[in-house]
Amino acid sequence: MRLEYFQLIDRISDLDLRNKTVRVEAQIPQESTIFEGHFPGHPLMPGVLLIETMAQTSGWLIIGNVKFERMPFLAAVKEAKFRTFVTPGTKLDVTAQIIHDGSGYAITKAAIKVDGKAICDAELTLRVMPFPDASFRTQMEETGRRIGFPMEALADG
Amino acid sequence: MSSTFDTVANIIAETCDIPPDTIKPESHAIEDLGIDSLDFLDIAFAIDKAFGIKLPLEQWTQEVNDGKATTEQYFVLQNLSNRIDNLVAAKGA
Repeated sequence: MRLEYFQLIDRISDLDLRNKTVRVEAQIPQESTIFEGHFPGHPLMPGVLLIETMAQTSGWLIIGNVKFERMPFLAAVKEAKFRTFVTPGTKLDVTAQIIHDGSGYAITKAAIKVDGKAICDAELTLRVMPFPDASFRTQMEETGRRIGFPMEALADG
Repeated sequence: MSSTFDTVANIIAETCDIPPDTIKPESHAIEDLGIDSLDFLDIAFAIDKAFGIKLPLEQWTQEVNDGKATTEQYFVLQNLSNRIDNLVAAKGA
């Protein structure tokens, strides 16, 4: 997890485009200036960053679903629940499933677990739009390769 | 059995918290009811689920942007309901 770059996903461990599901790993760093303020002496991973982690997870699933032809952007967060505190150094197990593949948008259900225990979940809406420019797409492909996006999975689904 | 318009009106009323008696067949979803594009995604999701279809929002938007269609053709609720009926019929064909 590179909090300073807002890149919260470390590795895509499973991408199943037939069933429209994804699983990723995200390791919260032990040290970050974020934890100095949130909160002093009681460091906690902010809930908004857990939402962003689920959104990025959903995003990689959608990018796979549209075969890197379009870019998802977070549009709505519903029914977000934070079930327990998350501290620095925690390894997150993040999953998402597309529950509706609409025209120009997708709805996902995403969840985070730690050691099998439910941490948080939400229903997310993402607009799915053309890439603003070619370099944006190239950048996403490079990031995808860095986190193990399985390009061969694009042949499925 | 409720009409397509009734179902759409109920979806809009519940999704956007709009009083049902203000939602008419001749209402324009955007201009009369003030529904924005994000709220319309929720409506589209509910319509897709209720009717088992996929509203072609991207195609409609493109046609409006290209000047090939007016928003009235898609977003006046009676017209929207007719298009839903056509999509349902096409699905069953």
